[in-house]
Amino acid sequence: MAAIPEDKNYDHFTPISGQGSALTAYNLFTGSLPVLQRFGTYFFIGTQWNPVPTQLNPVIFGALPYLLGTLVTSGIALLIGVPLSLGIAIFLVEMAPRALRVPISYLVELLAAVPSVIYGLWGVFVFRFWISDYIEKPLSTYFGWFPAFSGTPLGLDVLTAGIILAIMIIPTVSSVSREVIQAVPNSIREGAYSIGATKWEVIRNWVLGYGRSGIFGAVILGLGRAIGETMAVTMVIGNATGPAAIPTSLFKPGQTMSSLIANGFLEATPGSLEYSAFLGVGLLLLLLGLSINVIAQVMVTRVLKVKGGAVE
Amino acid sequence: MTSYAYRKFKDRLFFILSLGCVIVAVLPLMSILIEVIARGAPRLSIQFITQPAGVIGQSAGGIGPAIQGTLILIGLTSLIGIPLGVMSGIYLAEYGNNKYADTMRMFNNVLTEFPSIVVGITVSVVVVLALGHYSPFAGAIALAFILIPIVARTTEESLKLVPNSVREASLALGAHRWRTTISVVLPTAKAGLVTGTLLAVARIAGETAPLIMTILGNQYFFQGFNQPMDALPLRIWRDALQPYSNFQAQGWGAALVLILIVLSLNIGVRVASRGQIRK
Repeated sequence: MAAIPEDKNYDHFTPISGQGSALTAYNLFTGSLPVLQRFGTYFFIGTQWNPVPTQLNPVIFGALPYLLGTLVTSGIALLIGVPLSLGIAIFLVEMAPRALRVPISYLVELLAAVPSVIYGLWGVFVFRFWISDYIEKPLSTYFGWFPAFSGTPLGLDVLTAGIILAIMIIPTVSSVSREVIQAVPNSIREGAYSIGATKWEVIRNWVLGYGRSGIFGAVILGLGRAIGETMAVTMVIGNATGPAAIPTSLFKPGQTMSSLIANGFLEATPGSLEYSAFLGVGLLLLLLGLSINVIAQVMVTRVLKVKGGAVE
Repeated sequence: MTSYAYRKFKDRLFFILSLGCVIVAVLPLMSILIEVIARGAPRLSIQFITQPAGVIGQSAGGIGPAIQGTLILIGLTSLIGIPLGVMSGIYLAEYGNNKYADTMRMFNNVLTEFPSIVVGITVSVVVVLALGHYSPFAGAIALAFILIPIVARTTEESLKLVPNSVREASLALGAHRWRTTISVVLPTAKAGLVTGTLLAVARIAGETAPLIMTILGNQYFFQGFNQPMDALPLRIWRDALQPYSNFQAQGWGAALVLILIVLSLNIGVRVASRGQIRK
């Protein structure tokens, strides 16, 4: 930190990020007012999504299925991605031979460099068949009676989207938890080794315990990334709308908030109720992402500050 | 108390498990790279990267407009985003020792993790609706939204690595704060700055979601600043959804070009900066 005394004359170098966040929130809020006023709480708990009025179905917008879709796919991503990321972080800090550490962390970070749309392309033409052939078909044959495994295992569904998200959050979660684990003071490890603990026992009982809150923060940060992820999910989730999009089974096409916007936003006429509904979904997504991120920032910085800012 | 052999066994087992985690994580990366190269490379040719898209049902043509669009977007976004991001970073690092800057730093961190589709619809409302047309400009603003916080953060981090004694030496010679920042601090932090900025540019080059509702995409070469424009990620997305196999192949070819741009930026920067910056 540059500890030069502050100089008020230079305040016009104002970072515009703050204005950016405020602008986004303000616009989404005013834009979604019409739909919020018209449907009230139904927008949050309703399941119908019908932009075109017919004799049987009036225009109505409920965002619940997409909220659930986002939560379920992100949940799958965490269930699969977090143990993997922790394993990687522990391997990199505590176990890997020194010569392997840098190349492996480069490779894992490259996962973050691959554009989302390429994950989607790979998901649609390659990964989808791995999932449907090796995971979904056996599960649906033997456990098809279980509600979560019902439906046709085509591979374009909630499960595939969740697993792709799991792959995509690995770089985030593993690099943050690696830093957290690195920030655990060596004296703690030395103390544990000196009373005869094995490496695994040191990690499990001391290192992970010490970095608990930071690792939790890393997980939340991964959750934030999973919630906002759009393209890959849009391409593999199958894009259902209305009540059909409620994620009752893993093998059913679903829809997340971000994929709903990516698919439908262009078709909505500006100023229409549908447009407003999309902005409302965007607002919901923003609020969810914001609150998750603020929690994560607080938790991660609290742990990393322990080491006097040596790790940032 | 469990026996030593059992504890030793658990230790080995865990080593193998965590090594397994690394392999499982690297597997998709390898598969993606192999598939993109294997399916995309046969399409690559001079025509493919220079010609406009073909007609549905006949040939798929090329992805010239998409490549051009992506390059225009990268240029415009850098033009808008890098100065603003660097200046924000300078403020945070050099004058950021107060409550206001702490708040801004928090906003900045939050904005880094913003869902990119939300940025897209915001810019769509603010820019596209206001101007009345989709435009490369709107796309660049949306991407700058994503670029600025990343650049600001890396600028701040690399400026903080400059020792205070360097600043003090310059101030002692009678230089103003701004002169110190521009002539002494920035050159000292140059390596980290350039690396961070290029990595951020590599990240936005592959960004798709905010482009859908800002530049829209079309079949043609650059038509002007008030017209829709194509971009590689958009082209990949649209091609992947086509039921025609030659369009899908074109999508893979476009993916190869995009991944070459992004990864060469990424790997090149990392290799070039190895040893110059921390970590």
